[in-house]
Amino acid sequence: MGIAFISEQTLRRNFAEVKAGMKRKEAVDESNRCLYCYDAPCMTACPTGINIPSFIKKIASGNLKGSARTIMDANPVGATCSRVCPTEELCEGACVLNHSSTPIRIGDLQRYATDWAIHNEQMLFSAGQSNGKRVAIIGGGPAGLSAARELARFGFAVTVFEAKEQAGGLDTYGIVSFRLPQEVSLWEVEQVRQLGVDIRTNAKVGADVSIEQLRREYDAIVLAIGMSKVPSLGIEGETLDGVFDAIDFVESTKTAVRTDIAGKRVAVIGAGNTAIDAATCSVRLGAMNVKIVYRRSAAEMTAYAFEYDFAKQDGVEFQWLTAPARIIGNAKGHVTALECIMMELEKTEEGRARPVPIPRSTFKLEVDAVILAIGQTRHLPLIEQLGIAHKRGIVTVDESSYQTSDPQIFAAGDVVFGEGQGEAMVVSAAQQGKKAAYAIYKQLIKLQEESA
Amino acid sequence: MADLRINLAGIASPNPFWLASAPPTNTGYQVQRAFEAGWGGAVWKTLGDPIINTSSRFAAVHFNGQRVAGFNNIELITDRPLEVNLKEIYETKKRFPNHAVIASLMVEPSREKWHEIVKQVEAVGVDGLELNFGCPHGMAERGMGAASGQQPDLVEAQTMWAKEAAQTPVIVKLTPNITDITATAKAATRGGADAISLINTINSLAGVDLDSWLTIPHVGGKGAHGGYCGPAVKPIALNMVAECARNPQVNIPISGIGGISNWRDAVEFMLMGATGVQVCTAAMHHGFSIVEDMIDGLNNYLDDKGLSSAMELIGKSVSRYSDWGDLDLNYQVVARIHEEECIVCNKCHIACEDTSHQCIERHTDEGGRAYLKVREEDCVGCNLCSIVCPVEGAISMVEVPSSAMPMSWNERQEAIAGIGGEGNAKSSAREAV
Repeated sequence: MGIAFISEQTLRRNFAEVKAGMKRKEAVDESNRCLYCYDAPCMTACPTGINIPSFIKKIASGNLKGSARTIMDANPVGATCSRVCPTEELCEGACVLNHSSTPIRIGDLQRYATDWAIHNEQMLFSAGQSNGKRVAIIGGGPAGLSAARELARFGFAVTVFEAKEQAGGLDTYGIVSFRLPQEVSLWEVEQVRQLGVDIRTNAKVGADVSIEQLRREYDAIVLAIGMSKVPSLGIEGETLDGVFDAIDFVESTKTAVRTDIAGKRVAVIGAGNTAIDAATCSVRLGAMNVKIVYRRSAAEMTAYAFEYDFAKQDGVEFQWLTAPARIIGNAKGHVTALECIMMELEKTEEGRARPVPIPRSTFKLEVDAVILAIGQTRHLPLIEQLGIAHKRGIVTVDESSYQTSDPQIFAAGDVVFGEGQGEAMVVSAAQQGKKAAYAIYKQLIKLQEESA
Repeated sequence: MADLRINLAGIASPNPFWLASAPPTNTGYQVQRAFEAGWGGAVWKTLGDPIINTSSRFAAVHFNGQRVAGFNNIELITDRPLEVNLKEIYETKKRFPNHAVIASLMVEPSREKWHEIVKQVEAVGVDGLELNFGCPHGMAERGMGAASGQQPDLVEAQTMWAKEAAQTPVIVKLTPNITDITATAKAATRGGADAISLINTINSLAGVDLDSWLTIPHVGGKGAHGGYCGPAVKPIALNMVAECARNPQVNIPISGIGGISNWRDAVEFMLMGATGVQVCTAAMHHGFSIVEDMIDGLNNYLDDKGLSSAMELIGKSVSRYSDWGDLDLNYQVVARIHEEECIVCNKCHIACEDTSHQCIERHTDEGGRAYLKVREEDCVGCNLCSIVCPVEGAISMVEVPSSAMPMSWNERQEAIAGIGGEGNAKSSAREAV
């Protein structure tokens, strides 16, 4: 294979946000189409309960600051969510106009209002009067930021410990730039920082700061560390040059351009949200061919319908009912092929259909890179060090207060997702962060005041 | 955060947004729900003798897919006994001592009747009174409402009677179904009114059903005129408010009413002289929660303008409103089309070609691309093209320098009179006025 060249300019264009924001007339026309329902189903469908009719009416009346405030008040990462929420399954799916017309473009309107706030450098909230209590938040992703924002408004002194160089978590590093530019997430981080929240980046709990110190110096701790690396497939060849962890792969494109995928044939293993991101990312990096290899069928994949459509439009091919069996490399230790085996689905008593290999069906896909997107492991060592109850790294919490087995520690976001608990969406993480903050307020302030 | 409080002729309210006397303020339950939602005041639905109402009362005018551009009603004043209303007013005021509760009143035009009702409502703690001289249907046939509101002498006398008994501020609500609103506004002022509120509804027939040929609405096959309100009446109301605000003989505060649907409308009325506003149709269309954006939008607007109080808005545009005879006849604007914004729908061209001054030309450039251009020397500055243009920013009306000095019609007539031929000039000026 010859050396393919992709210019930095092309790469930058490929990674610019795909979808254009609404034009003013478009937003005004659409906002005036909203019926302003009472007890609106869109609101109920939003995990953070944004007062959607209200923010839309404010766009119609020209009160854009009020509109952005209504959105961000309920959802501290509302600008991100306007871009990444599966709106057809949430607010827009619930819109009453689905019956008689087409639903209101709630996500696009939400983006219009929050974009206005970003471009006009609006500071939307202020911190509450100090209540003398301190809260440590481990992890500066959507759940952690959301908890920090609400706690700061209640008057807590909040410190966020973020292992990475920037806060924002998945929103900053884990979602491809052409769907979510990094500056959107960083604006949300800045909104929280401006409330006086001390966001300490490059600060890893357990290494740079001890758990004992947190327990001693803070009245409560919120664990919002999300998930970790993609697990190993347990097949031969995973350490070859050209095998990537999808999370790391997407992250590498958020801050820099990479030219090593141009002209290559790529196989992405898995069919979840991250798999779609890794696949479309590869296309935009100039890959010659990108295949998603998934052991189940389209009906079972966890990616959203809009993500599936987006990937197809980008030219991603889908290899259904196919499981990787072995990654083959050359003498230099570089990937040259992926050996696969065809699967069939076997019905099970409960849950998803189980894929079973079809005997003697192995075949070889010639590829130059393999990206693993088969879920994420847990930050087990830290969870164990904290000594809180968990099931295989999924922290057990009270479903209303998000309190863990340790009364001083609360947990929200992906760290509590799994085993039938929680949801994997950014918007759910934001809501859980809020709930944890309300529970901390109740425990440390409200109940103390009432008993005083 | 600006101070949204207002004080209208001594009636204090946490914000300028009141519900007008109408169906939304029929009961204590409703008014209290409204206060909970954020409304600053409410004018209770007009009290008076128990009334028999009709069934089938409202109708609306929808415009190109938008519902309720205008709204028409044939409902009468309260249909609940006075004692019930008084009890609920008392309870409401007790629960919301800082909100403005105004009683709207309508009785037969007699001194005793006015004294009696004023004393009854003031005894339960209202913050002010609003005399309903405006209702155009039902009551007018009995010599009340608009029937008395159309006669300046009756407005003056009844205001005086109410004032004789009143301890709280008296607001006189005016009907727009009259040629010159300032005639009754001045009469109210002479009668001692503390404030006026306007406009009440305009005589209207909402429509006729094309299949049954019945009026909309109809009551058992017959219709009668109703009162029109909602967004469609706003310009009529705004003019009447402005005419009263700039009339030196109407030197009392104004409560603005008529098609106010959001904070922008409220700001316009306040700039044109209203101290606060009253809303009905928008609340009937969407519920009480619309006040949330009214408050929030006004607050953000005042912050943006660097104003610390809503009261600072009052009357700021009144001095800019005058008579046609005072407008500068030599001021000139022309239309300018911005090609980069223009979508070449040709609506401006056909509007100008068919219905104005034929000065927007259609051209094609060397690349075969169509574009439109204004022949500025023939443009009279009528604004029509910019009005029909669907794209914001595609047509702007720009001022062009005039070779002549500013000169109004009145100045022109004076100048002509000054250089002789006085008789002619004076008489033509008189004819024009």
